[in-house]
Amino acid sequence: MSAAVSDAWRPVRRLLAEPLGALGIALVLLVIGGAVLADWLSVYEPSRISPRDRFQGPSWTHLLGTDQLGRDLFSRVLHGGRIALSVALFSTAASLAIGVVLGLIAGYGPRWLDNLMLLLFDSIKSFPTVMLALALVTLFGPSLTAVVVVVVLVNVPGYARIIRTQTLALKESEFVTAAQSMGAGTARVLRVHIMPNVIGPLLILASMDIPVVIAIEAGMSFLGLGVRPPTPSWGAILNDGFTAIRDTPWIVIAGGLPIILTTLGFTFLGETLRDVFDPRLKGRG
Amino acid sequence: MLGYTLKRLGLAVVIVSLAMAILFVMIYLIPGDPAAVALGPRATEAMRESLRVKMGLDQPVWVQFWNFFTRAWTGDLGNEVLSDRPVAQVVMEQLPHTLALIAGGMVWSVALGIPLGCWAAVKRGSWADRVVGIVSVAVIAVPSFVVAIYALLIFAVTLRWLPAIGAGDAGDLGDRLTHLILPSLAVGLGWVGYIARMVRASMLEVLEAQHIRTARAFGLPETMITYRYALTIAILPTVTLLGVGIGQMLSSAVFAEIVFARPGVGKLVYDAILTRNYPLVTGAVLVTTVLFVLINLLADLLIGALDPRVRSRF
Repeated sequence: MSAAVSDAWRPVRRLLAEPLGALGIALVLLVIGGAVLADWLSVYEPSRISPRDRFQGPSWTHLLGTDQLGRDLFSRVLHGGRIALSVALFSTAASLAIGVVLGLIAGYGPRWLDNLMLLLFDSIKSFPTVMLALALVTLFGPSLTAVVVVVVLVNVPGYARIIRTQTLALKESEFVTAAQSMGAGTARVLRVHIMPNVIGPLLILASMDIPVVIAIEAGMSFLGLGVRPPTPSWGAILNDGFTAIRDTPWIVIAGGLPIILTTLGFTFLGETLRDVFDPRLKGRG
Repeated sequence: MLGYTLKRLGLAVVIVSLAMAILFVMIYLIPGDPAAVALGPRATEAMRESLRVKMGLDQPVWVQFWNFFTRAWTGDLGNEVLSDRPVAQVVMEQLPHTLALIAGGMVWSVALGIPLGCWAAVKRGSWADRVVGIVSVAVIAVPSFVVAIYALLIFAVTLRWLPAIGAGDAGDLGDRLTHLILPSLAVGLGWVGYIARMVRASMLEVLEAQHIRTARAFGLPETMITYRYALTIAILPTVTLLGVGIGQMLSSAVFAEIVFARPGVGKLVYDAILTRNYPLVTGAVLVTTVLFVLINLLADLLIGALDPRVRSRF
């Protein structure tokens, strides 16, 4: 029993042994904690407008100050964390699911389908991310959906390619041939024999992509093309503060700091995860 | 090499064609009548109808697509809605600003990244190496638009060292350059990290090589070995990395242009979206996509020329 427990904790201990990993975990926990406890930690409603309190600097009543509508920035930052994290979680999960399925099809399916899908992946990758985002917003209009679609489109080609390469390598291996000769169908071979072998590196890569996803959401919201007001988002706070940057700099400081801390935290964590568990992934292409 | 070049070129043509097809489908799917959007609410039905005919909207979808496709390949991207000027011309006017910004970003990333990576490799395992490692990861992680906003806040608004908005006077090179410093820092900072890591890794490899050991055995000064014999070789892989870098800097440039209110393709697309100037949006997106594909093509050909293993993978 105790052996099992220490086994489960070993990866965590190995991460904590690395200073960068420990810092990453601390930052990530801080952000997650802030988002989960947002209702409890914030004294004010994040979207409550209070014209009398507009443009107040940081003080004990408003830790990070207030914006142009008198909304408390500390509450908005905490609730913005919910948006950032849920978008990151949801769109990464969606990209993973789609990427795995497409990658398995490309790797296990007929050659022509493989080539066609590779061409499609390369074409999508050939759009610069921001241009892709701007073009999609033109189509869908500014919304959270547009953000998620952009993230999925940006992430899926990379994930599918990795799964495809690994599937191609495993397809010819002896244990897969053995399973096939014993009558296992395609679905069973993919699910039971190939999936578990290809998913590990992908999860580490996905964890390293989370800061990128958070940056996409914040960036699009900053341009006014993502989350719609009055929903609090870090990018939206930056957008609010940017027009008044000369007179009330604390608004952009409040909007930018959580983005910096979150992207740093997830990046430090992801880098350490990779170095500890899968050094081969260094310099992935 | 010829076979590889042709295949790679073919792929680029296919990708650009697909991009055109996707953009056409997108314009087609946008709700609302483009002619009505272009003319505004006060236009009569007859005016709308004549513009529809002029824009070719009365023809079947596949004819519209074929016209768009063939014209786009010849560089005719149609006219923009507001001033009725050719889209290609409007985009080409803005492109030099964006290219200057990317060039500035590359200068920053190379000027800071190579010395940092080299220093870290020479001081391998020391605190300096660790600090460079952490700084490299950190600058890669932080989104460029946050860097842009904070750089604006610190150096332009608070310290007033550098100008905050615009691209400077057209005739005044010094003014242009001072306006370029902050935006290009925002564009290039992330790549300082990539380049520093790359140079460090390849320096460590080179420093173990035979010719370096020979140089040491001959008693050459250590600085000469590092900079003259090791670094000149260790820089080579970075050249190939820059191809990818330029493409990504294109994305960062969009934000830098908006934050610093600079002219450029990114600002052009953004403003066009806000004013629903759709021909301009698709035209500018298409031009940047072609640029991006071309840069990646050149980088791949360069890598192929330098490294035969890449060619065989195709």
